[in-house]
Amino acid sequence: MGAVGTNAIRLEGAEKLCGRTKFIDDYTFEDCLYGVTLRAAIPYGRVKRISLDPNFPWDECTVVTAKDIPGKNFIAAIENDQPALVEENVLHPMQALLLVAHPSRQKAYEALGRIEVEYEELEPVLTIEDSLALKAVLREPDNVFKDVRIDKGDITSGFAAADVVVEGEYRLPHQEQAYIEPNGMAAWLEKDGALIAAGSMQCPYYVHKALLHVLGLPAEKVRVIQAATGGAFGGKEDYPSMLAAHAALLAWKSKRPVKVIYDRLEDMASTTKRHPALIRHRTGVTRDGRLSAQDIEVLFDGGAYSTMSPVVLTRGAIHASGAYACPNVRIRAKAVATNSPPNGAFRGFGVPQTMFAAELHMDRIAEALRMDPLELRRRNVLKEGSSTATGQVLRRSVGACDVLEACAKKGRYAKKVKECAAWNRKAKNATWRGAGLALAYHGGGFTGGGEDFYASRAGVALEADGAIRVLSASTEMGQGASTVFAQIAADALGVPFGWVSVQTPDTAKVPNSGPTVASRTTMIVGRLVERAARRLKAELEEASGRIPKTRPLWLKAARKFLAGRGRREIISQYERPPGIHWDDKACRGDAYGAFAYAAALVELEVDKTTYEVRVRKVVTAHEIGRAVHPLFAEGQIIGGIAQGLGYALCENAVYKRGVMQNPHFTDYIIPTALDVPPMEVLILEKPYDYGAFGSKGLGELPMDVPAPAAAAALRQATGKWFFDLPILPEKICKALHEDHI
Amino acid sequence: MKIIFKVNLQERTYDGDPFKRLLDVLREDFGLTGTKEGCGEGECGACTILLDGQPVNSCLIPVCQAEGRGVETVESLGLPEKLSSLQKAFLEEGGAQCGLCTPGMLLSAAAHLRSGGRTDERSIRQAIGGNLCRCTGYQHIVKSIRKAAKKPRRTKSGVCISVKQMLKRDRKQILKECSQKSTRCASRSSAV
Repeated sequence: MGAVGTNAIRLEGAEKLCGRTKFIDDYTFEDCLYGVTLRAAIPYGRVKRISLDPNFPWDECTVVTAKDIPGKNFIAAIENDQPALVEENVLHPMQALLLVAHPSRQKAYEALGRIEVEYEELEPVLTIEDSLALKAVLREPDNVFKDVRIDKGDITSGFAAADVVVEGEYRLPHQEQAYIEPNGMAAWLEKDGALIAAGSMQCPYYVHKALLHVLGLPAEKVRVIQAATGGAFGGKEDYPSMLAAHAALLAWKSKRPVKVIYDRLEDMASTTKRHPALIRHRTGVTRDGRLSAQDIEVLFDGGAYSTMSPVVLTRGAIHASGAYACPNVRIRAKAVATNSPPNGAFRGFGVPQTMFAAELHMDRIAEALRMDPLELRRRNVLKEGSSTATGQVLRRSVGACDVLEACAKKGRYAKKVKECAAWNRKAKNATWRGAGLALAYHGGGFTGGGEDFYASRAGVALEADGAIRVLSASTEMGQGASTVFAQIAADALGVPFGWVSVQTPDTAKVPNSGPTVASRTTMIVGRLVERAARRLKAELEEASGRIPKTRPLWLKAARKFLAGRGRREIISQYERPPGIHWDDKACRGDAYGAFAYAAALVELEVDKTTYEVRVRKVVTAHEIGRAVHPLFAEGQIIGGIAQGLGYALCENAVYKRGVMQNPHFTDYIIPTALDVPPMEVLILEKPYDYGAFGSKGLGELPMDVPAPAAAAALRQATGKWFFDLPILPEKICKALHEDHI
Repeated sequence: MKIIFKVNLQERTYDGDPFKRLLDVLREDFGLTGTKEGCGEGECGACTILLDGQPVNSCLIPVCQAEGRGVETVESLGLPEKLSSLQKAFLEEGGAQCGLCTPGMLLSAAAHLRSGGRTDERSIRQAIGGNLCRCTGYQHIVKSIRKAAKKPRRTKSGVCISVKQMLKRDRKQILKECSQKSTRCASRSSAV
């Protein structure tokens, strides 16, 4: 029996359960310094002077400013607009001005208090509206980082054909990734002058590239190693490049190892969040419930620098029309600059925002038509042969209808809605109840030509001692990437799972398989591992006939095959599946190799006195091509739904002049074991030909469905619509009482 | 200032600032990095340890408070090649993903089960209510703990009994046994 499709034991599981896994803060370095960061105290302006208190022993410290940067002062990303350290202009209040390192962490923090900075302050731009109104120009010429336009059919004739037009406006807040391990990085110099950075990260080669520029070193003089990563969810996609640059600059100047470990407050206040968004829908629909025109405007708050915003926006915009086939669509999307810390990647990458709007809007349309929301979705859902907003014709592995029906059936949707209505009629009950349904789709892998552009590489190696090792830069961060890669390699080679190990990502040892993002690890990188392992199998078979079934025979065959060559490494490179075409300028064509689909039914109740919301149950169906590891797939789904419920109901990031006011778990509330309801998860499989063993991307998909389903359930429970997240008890209270004011 | 206390049954001496966080003493002075820092303000529970058998946030405890007491950390629960039944259940049921909350989660769960806590879903969720996890959505953790609780456990006399049976025994005696021998219990690989 093969390993794919079974619940193989997590490779690094036993170590984690014994507390032996080393996260970056668990490493000790001889002669180590602790690095800390002085951040701007103003959202917008200029630094006039930085003065150090002459009564402080600065000779014990290493101090780094922008002047000390040996290479170029930017963090390499899509655009290189974000400086590693402020030279003069401050664009957000968490921007790093200066770094201090000291052998004692406490002393290093003390040093920060002995620095005085004089600023010339300017009036900041803090909202999407002010940015578009050009209250100040933060970015030439119009404050827009990216402008996406998607057109399908002709919306004028679409609206002409409509019987009903429904309009709506939706607002989404920041959301913090809230991985339990804060960001941290260590850097040191080797004797040969090479710089090594190790830490918590998703994308070793992003960090590598950023360090090359900041330090002005050739590629072979920089090495990046991933330490065990305690959760990431997108929050360790681009910020680790900044952090590594800071640690590296301090190590470069001091010639000593330097650790920069953020505490929770600094991590939450300074690192990236989910983009706040303002989304407007205007939809034409016929009396019998067919969408005839969708006119959608999407606005994202990108923060002060471009970072990931252009690609987050593009993905969000492409998904903005929902998992429906409407013949006439117009989507206009912009990501704009504000004086707040840059927003970045967070599980879903722009889609949870646009999907919330699209799905809740469907519920409003259903109400306007007096139609069951499930029935309205059924009539418009994407099927084989349907085309998406970018004109992508879906041919195979289309599970939208399947997840919708499976979820409604398993959750007994119609019955639940009736039961809730009956419950709400009884005035004696202390709560109101509601049930809500949502449907989503999510493209796996980079958007459009992204995978072509990156041309990722990954593979397997047969070592001299007969060991089989998977080589990739995709990081294990809890999602189970290592175990899944070992399963894929084992089955492709035809050997037991236990014979395969996985190399920890290290730019000196693994090829660049791209960042660990975009739900691409199993589907895209796993496919590269699969192809490489199949090639190795063919080579072995050619040399010695069949693949041996026992370990001694395997070792013998491996020795014979290698014949003193040391090791055999096979690396495969991404190849575009046939029939995929993408026009980036027009935003037309096959945006993704395949989409995965999910539906969720959320049942909740609201306390009539406190307006506290308790989610009673979630039933969800996910169609993901193939579940390589069903238990991990379920773990991703349940974990993602929990984050989505947090986004909908309790996670409230409060900002004032660009500064997060509640950067603690005390007042930024993420769901606890008592807040997350029991979940029933159905996994459906419609294999995709070009994903590893038929798999499609899963990681982000579960994040897309809970928020709109919860808002729909609250509509039934309270009779009120909530178009802004999070839906806190005080918001419900206000909505219910405004009738009486 | 010298502070003497037991860590995983071994007597340890700490000499230094009495107000250093117990978390830092364990990690920096004793090299026990299994205990993690997630927030440093007692909210996330990643740094949970057992102090005389009770789960506490070690980031909130100055080391002087441990004087003469028994501390238990994740390192005492088992070895990778010889996991305890609780750890085994986490491994089999997907109770650990990124592994950062795991040590604290295991200790909260162990304290709950050892004290004869109820093993219905709600009680387990309450027992780990102070331990935040962002990866799992908790369901697999709850399942892991319930699975471990169902497994027969050996008593001193070597007889296998289930948690339910244990609960039927003289509750007082168990509690006494647990508080006295909590650390020893933990070092036995067959126990939780």
